Parts: sequence; structure tokens; C-alpha cells
Amino acid sequence: MINFQFVRTSVVKTALSLIGKDPKAAFIAGGTNLVDLMKRGVIAPEKLIDINHLPLKQIELKNNILHIGALVSNSALAENALVKEKFPLLMLALQAGASAQLRNVATVGGNMMQRTRCGYFYDTTMPCNKRQPGSGCGAIGGYNRMHAIFGTSESCIAVHPSDMCVGLAALDAQVVIAGAKGERKINFVDFHRLAGTTPEKDNNLQKGELILRVEIPANNLNKNFHYLKVRDRTSYAFALVSVAAALEIKDGLIANARLAMGGVAHKPWRLTASEVFLRGKPATLANCEEAAKLAMKDAKGFGENDFKLKLAPNTIIEALTIAKSKA
Amino acid sequence: MEFFVDENDRVDGVDKVTGKAKYFAEYQLPGLTYGVLVTSTITKGKITAIDTKAAKNAPGVLEVLSHLNKPSVAGYEQAGGSPMKIFYTDQIFFNGQPIAIVVADTFERATFAASLVKVSYEKAAFNTNFEASIKDAAVKKLQGQPPYVRGIADAYKTAEVKVEQIYTMPVETHNPMELHGIIADWQANDKVTVYAKTQGVKSTQNTIANVFKIPAENIQVNSQFVGGGFGMALRTWPLEIAAIMASKQLKKPVKLVITRDQMFTMVGNRPAAYQKIGLGATKDGKITGITHTAFGQTATYENFTEGVVNMSKFMYDSENVNTNYYVIPLDMGVPIWMRGPGEATGAFALESAIDEMAHALDMDPLDFRAKNDPEKDPAQNRPFSSKYIKEAYKLGAAKIGWNNRKNKPGSTIEGSWNIGYGVSIGVFNAGRGRASVKGILKADGTLILQSATSDIGPGTGTGMTLIASKLMNIPVEKIVFELGDSSLPPAPSQGGSATLSTVGSAVNDVCVALKATIAELAANSNMDATSNFVDVLKKNNLPIIEKTIQSSQNNPEAKNYSMYSFSIHFVQVKVHQLTGVVKVSKIVSVGDAGKIVSPKTARSQMVGGAVGGIGMALTEEAILDNRYGRYVNNNFADYHVPVNADVPDIDVIFIDKPDPIVNPMGAKGMGEIALIGFAGAVANAVFNATGKRIRSLPITPDKVLEG
Ligand SMILES: Cc1cc2nc3c(=O)[nH]c(=O)nc-3n(C[C@H](O)[C@H](O)[C@H](O)COP(=O)(O)OP(=O)(O)OC[C@H]3O[C@@H](n4cnc5c(N)ncnc54)[C@H](O)[C@@H]3O)c2cc1C
Ligand code: SF4
Repeated sequence: MINFQFVRTSVVKTALSLIGKDPKAAFIAGGTNLVDLMKRGVIAPEKLIDINHLPLKQIELKNNILHIGALVSNSALAENALVKEKFPLLMLALQAGASAQLRNVATVGGNMMQRTRCGYFYDTTMPCNKRQPGSGCGAIGGYNRMHAIFGTSESCIAVHPSDMCVGLAALDAQVVIAGAKGERKINFVDFHRLAGTTPEKDNNLQKGELILRVEIPANNLNKNFHYLKVRDRTSYAFALVSVAAALEIKDGLIANARLAMGGVAHKPWRLTASEVFLRGKPATLANCEEAAKLAMKDAKGFGENDFKLKLAPNTIIEALTIAKSKA
Repeated sequence: MEFFVDENDRVDGVDKVTGKAKYFAEYQLPGLTYGVLVTSTITKGKITAIDTKAAKNAPGVLEVLSHLNKPSVAGYEQAGGSPMKIFYTDQIFFNGQPIAIVVADTFERATFAASLVKVSYEKAAFNTNFEASIKDAAVKKLQGQPPYVRGIADAYKTAEVKVEQIYTMPVETHNPMELHGIIADWQANDKVTVYAKTQGVKSTQNTIANVFKIPAENIQVNSQFVGGGFGMALRTWPLEIAAIMASKQLKKPVKLVITRDQMFTMVGNRPAAYQKIGLGATKDGKITGITHTAFGQTATYENFTEGVVNMSKFMYDSENVNTNYYVIPLDMGVPIWMRGPGEATGAFALESAIDEMAHALDMDPLDFRAKNDPEKDPAQNRPFSSKYIKEAYKLGAAKIGWNNRKNKPGSTIEGSWNIGYGVSIGVFNAGRGRASVKGILKADGTLILQSATSDIGPGTGTGMTLIASKLMNIPVEKIVFELGDSSLPPAPSQGGSATLSTVGSAVNDVCVALKATIAELAANSNMDATSNFVDVLKKNNLPIIEKTIQSSQNNPEAKNYSMYSFSIHFVQVKVHQLTGVVKVSKIVSVGDAGKIVSPKTARSQMVGGAVGGIGMALTEEAILDNRYGRYVNNNFADYHVPVNADVPDIDVIFIDKPDPIVNPMGAKGMGEIALIGFAGAVANAVFNATGKRIRSLPITPDKVLEG
């Protein structure tokens, strides 16, 4: 850990100009990921810009779209009445993450920006292309039980560790970002990236940009939904595999289906083909199984994580079964 | 705030929950400085250079010590002993080995400076791969324990029914909540005071005396409260010596607290194990042969062995038993006993195999155990001092609802979950050592008891206070038990479940002696023999009377008996059909540990053991990348100890019958039996639930899914 400056601002513009001026500066929100990375020597920002006082803590419904400020804490979001009523899938995803103590300080923006938990990434004496491009990938041929089975590359097979993001990906959320040139809006599913040949880049936020909020459009997915997280202990563990499932069932047929997975890729993994398959069909076990099978096309194991090839479809089936059985 | 405390509560409970209890790292000495370790990033080889220039110039840095500039340490100047003498070698024995200490005026500055130390190495080939080594190992050349044979070796091979299986478990780390470390204060005239995290203040004192070649009286060790040890604080680790060296050099107190990732490398672990069990039985369920071969793990620079195969020698009645135990030296830090130590490792294998045999015979595993339960210790050919294991079977079975268990695996299904029941036995030596206790009766009606024993959490002071309270008929709030101070009368380290028996016996003896003195004084002053000691002291104008007693080791009968504590663990598990997730849904642990002198803390011991057992069974595994010799999950997010949500309500039952031989209280230790056997019970329950036999711990969802 190196000495660093600490500045605080309550004005978005100031935050943007501070970060724009200083290539070695970083925003700090809850600090639950950033400080760990600093302690382990993975990152060494010379200036921390504390954004906790920015006015980005509202949760409000505007024109049928839920606006969630980037500094809303994970627990405040999970306990919000609008979220509970209209987007309970997100509530479950949030509650599956970390521990109560962490959720109390972890923010929406920070959760999206958290880095992978790959052990090689955290240990500066071992190779890791994400931490040090070109140094190699420790996980390939090493300990990769927690790693990705979809969309991997030869340079990195890490997973994005978030639960919240899996829920947001399933809910067709959008991200509003501010930069020196103004605001822009992108689909949540396009926020995170695959590793490709640039594993050092987790997402499409550009240098100097700030996440302002996340927006979720209204939907009818608040009846038949489930977030199922399979992990090594009942709480306070990252997902081996997680599934966000939501169905809109009309007259016995699936009118709308949303499926996304965590713990399987470098980004929240939306299962579009399975969703398309389910649409217009009855939610039978056979159809759930077929959807799960479709989801696994192109999946690839790396040895220790081969079990995910079986666990992932099973978890999809179970999540769909629980979702459709909700009265 | 008001606290509702009853006589069975922890005597230091309020201090602990209000923050008044002071742990080693909390002592604020004037002029305190802070040490941070630099550790090796290679696994084996030699340090060729250490560049400390930048570190020394960093703000607040007072000193950087390594083998290149350490102060002379008399004990390390001598030949012999472990080659891992800190700062006395340029050799690297394991990855993460402490090789330098940076001392600064604040912890943060020391941490920063430590990151600036540049070390060059000459790397050598290394081996940390335990499983691969077993296959290569020239077994006969390995160290371990002498082979044991009773009757015919490998008799199981010719039995009517046989089971032959391999059971494995990974490295586990103790990882108590409190990080390891020490505050060292080397004063003038070679006097040293340390605030330590230790399971034995006398052992720490002796180690320091031996290393620095100064008289033990010069060394004051304080360790009143310990935030968990589980065995890892049973020795004084090299890092502690490093802090003392730094204090000596700087003439300032130095505090060193290691980091969580350093807790994985330099303060021991429960070694990985690879065990083969062969069991033979007749068709009607009589065991005819047990063969237990175990491989443990040790370091290249020190030898470590433990009692992995002990239990197989006497727990079941078999004419033929043979055991082998070997340790494989690896380029890793030396292991140390972890709660339940080797016996917990061994019990997992033996008790899984017993369950496999019961299944092969289509017998209820409890009936099978009962049928092979020996009346006498078959290894020593002598009676047990006390053993109520059959009664324990009955009580536990009734409580968990064993009659709901179907012998055919996979028979009970609730929605997406399979339900199963499992049972396993634990056993541990109920030894008793020698300890001294000083008792001071005061005319104000209080009793002070003093002994240099420790409390790593079981509630030593509480147990001792209760023993004295009953004997002396003094209420607990008038008794103070002082411990964790090397200047008090000597006692052994807290380990091997022996403190209650050892120190408790001395408390018993000192109370008996004090009572005799009071009776004598009463008689001499024409008072009634039953007079209150306060009146007797007052009448005799005595402010206090005191006695120091060293307890005898065991009673004369002891050599004619085998003395053990027993436990039997019953668990119900739920196994998810699609995801392989295992949840322990019910626990009944029965302790057969003689008379229970402190019911609440005894129960806490059993509960803590069950929680540790869930960890051993389902979650705990320190994962090392053998290509680099480094751990990849060395933090609390990725090394999974059970959380509250993993732990159901735990029923604890005690037989609570005094053992007439072991000690005057009739009480046996229970720290180890709380854990020993537990993992086997879970594995057996998973089998009963699913028909899948998982022989490799921990039983994670992937293993169940692929099993
Ligand atoms: C032990 C442990 C277990 C955990 N388990 C889980 C789990 O099971 N599931 C899960 O989902 N998460 C888990 N987490 C991760 C946790 O959710 C994240 O650490 C947390 O969400 C990060 O939020 P923060 O506000 O603390 O971010 P910080 O640590 O403050 O910041 C993280 C990153 O985000 C950037 N950042 C923050 N806000 C903004 C913004 N508005 N715009 C642009 N950049 C920004 C920061 O610059 C930094 O790079 C766990 C964490 C720990 C430590
Ligand atoms: S998987 Fe990615 S994060 Fe992990 S070691 Fe490889 S490159 Fe680094």
C-alpha cells in the first residue's frame, strides 16, 4: 500500500474534473473492494476521490422506469419497497451477495465495478494477464474451480463475481454514465465485457467516467421469479453458479422469460437462446430441461471447473422450477 | 448496563462482550513500534541479495532486519536444531517464509516500507504436491511411526466380507479470528516482557530462554486472553523470535501482528492426509481385521507426526489390527496439531469405512458398532477407566430420531432434497499432567487461585472456579482464577484436552489443603470444625492464608486402566438432488467425558467442535498451486469456515458420570472429542441420503454432483 491523497466532493462535476485531471486517481464508494485490492498491492491509486457525498442515493420511479442512484447501498436497494414489489428478482440477487455487513456499505456502482476474485489476480507474485497484461494466466492449467465456462479466451478465464449484476442483466436494465463530454446510456448487458485479448478491461466504462445510475424498465416479472445461487457455504461465498430466472406466465404459456447466469463468464451471462425457446411454451419440466440444454451450447470446462457443465444446467432447471411454481 | 449472569456463566464473559478483556495486540506500551514481515516469494532455494535501501529511507522506518544484519542470538549461534532459524539462514524452505522484518513508527509505514524491500533469489526445484508424492514415495524410507501389528497383518484380505478404500483430506488452516503475533519489549539487563498469543505461557518463556540464552526468570510472558488457537499457538513461531530480536536491537517495544494470508504459511496447519483402510468381517458382522495405513505431511526442515492411526488400534474389538503411518516431507511450512489433531483425520477414514462395512453387511451402522464394541482396551489388554459408549448410542439415537433412518440409501426424499442420517464415534486420550496452583484465602471472604495455564476459549477460569466453589462452598463471584502469566505457579500448555484434568486436579488439591489448614486453625482456636473460613482467619488475626500445590500425575491406579473420552455424533443432512449442495440439518453430539464440572462451557465446547466439524466435512480446504508453491485462497472470503447459516441447532447430551480413576473430579477433557468423528458422521449421512460415498473432504457440491 502506498501513501495516497484523499479528496471528497459532493458535486458530480467536480468529481469528473478531479478524475479527468489525474490518471492515477480512483473513485472510492463503499471501499469494500478497492481497499482490499490496495492492501494486497494489486492496485495503487495515488489519489482517492470519495464519491459518497454525491447526490446519487435516490431510488425513484419515473415514467414507469425505476431509477437507482449509483451510491445506493446494496442493502438499501434490497429493502426498498418499490424493488420488493416490482423487481423482487433483484432483491433476491442482492440478498445472495456477500454478507449483511458488506451489503450495508457496498454500493450499486461499486458492485458493478468490482474486480474478479481469481486468486492469481490477487497475488502479485503470480502470473495474471488481467493484473499485468502479458504475464500469463495462472488459472489456465492451475486452480480454476471457480472460473468461467462461457466466452473465455486464451488470455483470461475469470468470472465477474457479482450477484446483483446477474439480476440487473436479466431485468433489461440500462446504465447511465457521465463523462467529460456529458451523459450516455448503455444496456446493462453491454456494460461488462468478455476478456478477449484485453482482460485488463472488465467493462466499457471509459477512463474518467462515472456511473450515475441504473434504470430498470417496468415488467410483469414479479410473480414467477427466482434467484438461485449455488455456493460452497450457505452464505458469504461467491457463486459456483447462480441463475436469475423470471417468467411471465399467461394462460398457461410463457409470455416472457428472462434468464441470466453468474459464476460462469467474465460478465453476467444472459441466456437469450433459452429465453426465445421458452417463449410461447408451457412451463413444463421438459421445456425447462430443453432451455437448460440450449444454454449450455458452447460451454467449455478447464479441468477443475468441468463440474459446472453439469451444475449450470441443473441450476437453470431448478431455478425455473422454483420460479414457475410460485403462486 | 446490567448483565444477568448465573453461576455457570463464563467468569470473563462480561469482560469479553464489553471489550474490557485485553488481547495481546491491544497493549499500548510507551514508544511502541510496529513490525511487518517480508516473506519469500519462491518456494525453495537461496536468498542471494536483499536490497533494503528504499525501505530504510521510507518515512518512519527505524530498522530492517534480515539474516544479513541481525543481532546475535546465542541459541541460534549453536549448531543443531531446526535449520529454520529465523534470520540465521539464507535458505528458503517454503513460500511465504519470513525473511526480513521492517520496523517503523506506524503499522502503515512499516507495511509500505516492507513492500519496497527487494529480494533476489537463486531458485531450486521444489515439491509441494502431496498426492503425487504418495505415488512416488519410497515408502520404507519415510519417517512416521513404527508399524503396529496385533495378530495377523492385513487379515482383512481373507475375510468373508471386506472393505478396502482410500480416504483423503486437504490441508486445513486453524485460522482463529485473532491474528497471530506478539509484542516484545526487551529492556535493560536482558529482561524481556512479551504480550503473546500462546496456549502456554511457560512454553513461550522456555522457548525464548533457550533461543536467547537468558534465564527464564528474566522473561515475563503475558497472555491473559487468547482469541482462539485451535492448536496453532502451541509453539513459539519464528516470527515471534524475529520481533524479540528487533526489540533487542532497537531497544524499543515492537509489535508484530501478521496478516491473514500469512496465517496460511508460517503458523502451521492441519496436514493433508491420504489414508487406506482395510476392514474384514464375518457375514454376521464380527470384525476380523483392521488395517489402517496413513500418509501425513511434514516439512523438509522439521518433522511433524500425529496420532492419525491411534483409534484404529482399540476402538473396535478385532483380533487382527495393523497400522502404518508415514509422513512425506514437502517444501511447505511445518504443520502443527489442529483441534482433534491427527485423531480427527483418522476418525474420518475409520468411521467412513465402518459405515461402508455396515452397508456391505446390510446392518444398521449403530448395531454394527455395538456388536464390535470392546469390553476392554484390546490394544493394552486392560479395562477402560470408564466408558459408556453404548448408553451414548441410545441417548443420541433417540434424540435425533434414528428410527426414521432407512438402511437403504436414498430412501427418504422431501421435494428436491434427499434426507440422510449418519453416525460416527470420536475418542481421545484422557490424560492428566502435572500443574501447580496457588490458593490464597482472604479474610474478606474471597479466594484467589493462580496458575500459569491458559484459556484459548474453552473457559478455563470458569471451570476452575466452579471446581473450587463446590469444594470450598464459596460462591463463584468471590473466587478469582488468575492465568496467562508466566510468573504464576507453572502449568503445562493448553492442548490435548488436558487442562481441566491437569489444572483442575491441582485446584482440587489446593482446596483440600486450604480446608485442612482452616480446620486445623479452627481446632486450635476452639472453634467449630465447620466454621466459616472468614471467622477462622479473623479469630486468628490472619489477613490471608495461602498454599501452593503441585498435583500428582494421575492416581496410582492409572497404569492399570486405559483412559479415554468418547463422543458420538449423529447428524441429519439434506442433499439437493440437482445442485449437490449438502446442508447439515440436525446435530446431536453425545459426550462421554466423565463428570461435567462446568455445564455451560462444556456445552460450548461441543457446539464449537460441531461447527469445526461442519467445516472439516463440507467447506474447509487450503488450496495450494503446486506450480508455484503458493496458496490461492488465503483469505476469509475464499477459505470457507462455516457461517451461522451453515449451522443448525445443536443438541448436546452428556453422560455426566464421574470417571473413578482419572482424577478427583472424575472429569475428562472434551475439547478434541467435540470434533473428532464429526466429519465421518456427515460423510455417512450423505451416503445414506444419496448412495454416494464421498471419500475426499471437503464434501463440496461438485463432488456430490459427480459422485
Ligand atoms: C468478502 C467479500 C465477499 C463478497 N461476496 C460477494 C458476493 O457473494 N456477491 C457479490 O455480488 N459481491 C460480493 N462481494 C463484493 C461486494 O459486493 C463489492 O465489494 C461491493 O459491491 C463493491 O462496492 P463498493 O461500493 O464497496 O465499491 P468500492 O470498493 O468503493 O469500489 C469498487 C470499484 O468501483 C469503482 N466505483 C465505485 N463507484 C463508482 C461509480 N459510481 N462510478 C464509477 N466507478 C465507481 C471504484 O473506483 C472501484 O474501482 C464480496 C466482497 C467481499 C469483500
Ligand atoms: S483467469 Fe484472468 S484473472 Fe485469473 S489469472 Fe487468468 S488472467 Fe488473471
